[in-house]
Amino acid sequence: MTPHEPDARPLLLGGPPLGLRLIVLAILSLGLMVADHRQNHLAVIRDWLSAVVYPVQWAVQAPLVVWNSARDSLASRARIESDNVRLAADNLVLRLKQMRYDSLEQENQRLRAARESSSRVVQRTLVAEIVRVDLDPFRQRVLVDKGSRDGVFRSQAALDANGIFGQVTRVGPLSAEVILISDPEHAIPVQVNRTGARTIALGTGRSGQLSLPYLPQNSDVVAGDLLVSSGLGGVYPPGYLVGRITTVGRDPSQPLLAVAAEPLAGLDRDPEILLVWFDSTVVEPEPTPAAKPASTPGDATGGD
Amino acid sequence: MARRNSLGWPRIIALTLAALVATVLPLPDWLEILRPDFVALTVLWFCLLSPRMTGMFHAWGAGLVLDTFRGVLLGQHALALIVITYVATKLRLQIRAFPPLQQTAVILALLWLNEFLLFWIDGVSGHPITDWRRWLAVPAGAACWPLISGLYARIAARR
Repeated sequence: MTPHEPDARPLLLGGPPLGLRLIVLAILSLGLMVADHRQNHLAVIRDWLSAVVYPVQWAVQAPLVVWNSARDSLASRARIESDNVRLAADNLVLRLKQMRYDSLEQENQRLRAARESSSRVVQRTLVAEIVRVDLDPFRQRVLVDKGSRDGVFRSQAALDANGIFGQVTRVGPLSAEVILISDPEHAIPVQVNRTGARTIALGTGRSGQLSLPYLPQNSDVVAGDLLVSSGLGGVYPPGYLVGRITTVGRDPSQPLLAVAAEPLAGLDRDPEILLVWFDSTVVEPEPTPAAKPASTPGDATGGD
Repeated sequence: MARRNSLGWPRIIALTLAALVATVLPLPDWLEILRPDFVALTVLWFCLLSPRMTGMFHAWGAGLVLDTFRGVLLGQHALALIVITYVATKLRLQIRAFPPLQQTAVILALLWLNEFLLFWIDGVSGHPITDWRRWLAVPAGAACWPLISGLYARIAARR
C-alpha cells in the first residue's frame, strides 16, 4: 500500500530503544491516569488543556452554526409571522400561569418561613449553549460554552424549559462538560409527584429512557405518573420535572419493580440549557409520614 | 524524488488535527457508532510510513489531546496508542510488504487491541461501557484503512 521509498538512512531507528520509550511513556500515562482518577490532582493541567482545545472544539461546529444562522435569517416572512402569533398566544397563557404562580410562591414562602425551612428555589440562571461535538456515543455527555470564568461550578444543576437536564461534571475556564440524566453513570433522587414516594432514577445510556430499579413491588406507581426532583443530595433544586413513567413491569418473582421513565427535558434536541444557582444549604428532607422506599442497592439486581 | 520522505511537521500536525476533528464531528446517531478511531488510524499510518519522523511521542501527544477532547481519563487514549504504535513499529517492515487485504487484517487486529485497552482502562477506572456496539468501530476502522492510507499517501506525495 505505501510505496517503496529509496532512503539513504539506516533501516534501524536511532535514538533510545523502542521498548524503553514504550515503558517510559506507559509509566507516564499510568501516572497521569492515576493522578486524574483521584480528582483535583490534575485540575490545573486539565483546565489549561481544555482551554487549549476548546477553540478547536468550537471551530468544529462553526460551519453548522453559520448554516443555521443563515437559514434563520433567510426564514420566510410568513413563518416568522405565524411564529410570532403563536408565541404571543403562548406568552399570554404563561403570564396567566405566572400570576397564579407568584401568589402561590409567596404563600409557599410564608408557610416555609413559618416552618423555618429554606425555600430552595432557583435564584439565578445562566443560559449556556451546547457545543455541537460528539464526545462519546456511549456516554450521554455534552459540552457547553460557559466555564469557570462565568461562575460555573462542578455538580451544578442544568435545566431546560421542560425539565431537569443534567449536572456539570467538569469545568474548564471557557467550557464545561455536562452529564445528562440519561447517562448510565448518573442517578437523580426523584419523587413520584402523585404519591410523594421517593426513589432514584438511573440513566440507561439511551437518551429517551430512565430506569427506576429501587421501587418495591407494593409501591403505587402507574404509567403516566410524573417524576419531580426531590432535592435530596442537594445537587438539584427540588420540585422540578424530571420525567414521566412509561412502563411498570410487575414480575412477582422479583422483589422490586422494573419501572421505565422518559425524561421530559429535550436531552438530544436542546440547543441551549439553563445552569442554575439555588440555595442548597438545607439538604435533609422535612420529616414526612410517608415511608421512604429502601434505596439500598444491595440485592437490587433487577432492572436490565 | 530525492526528498520523498520529507513529510514535514506542518503536514503531520495538520493531518493529526484533522483526525482529531473527525473524531468529534457531529454525526447522526447510527453513523456515530460506526465512527472509526481516526486518530489511531492516522498514528498507525505515520508509524508505518515515517517512523523516524513521528513514532511514539507523536502517538502519545495525539492520545493526550484526544483524551482532553473527549473529556475522558487523561492518559487513556495515550496509553492505548503508544502500545499499538510499539507493535506496529516493531512489525512495520513486514506490514509494509503485505498485500492490501492482509495489511487491513493487521490493522484490524491493532485497532482491536487499541479498543480493548480502552475498554480495560474504562473498566478499571470504574466507568465501564459494556454495550457490545462499541466494538463496531473496529471493523469500520479497518474497512476505512485502504481509503485513508491511499488518501494520506497522496497528501504525502504532494510537495
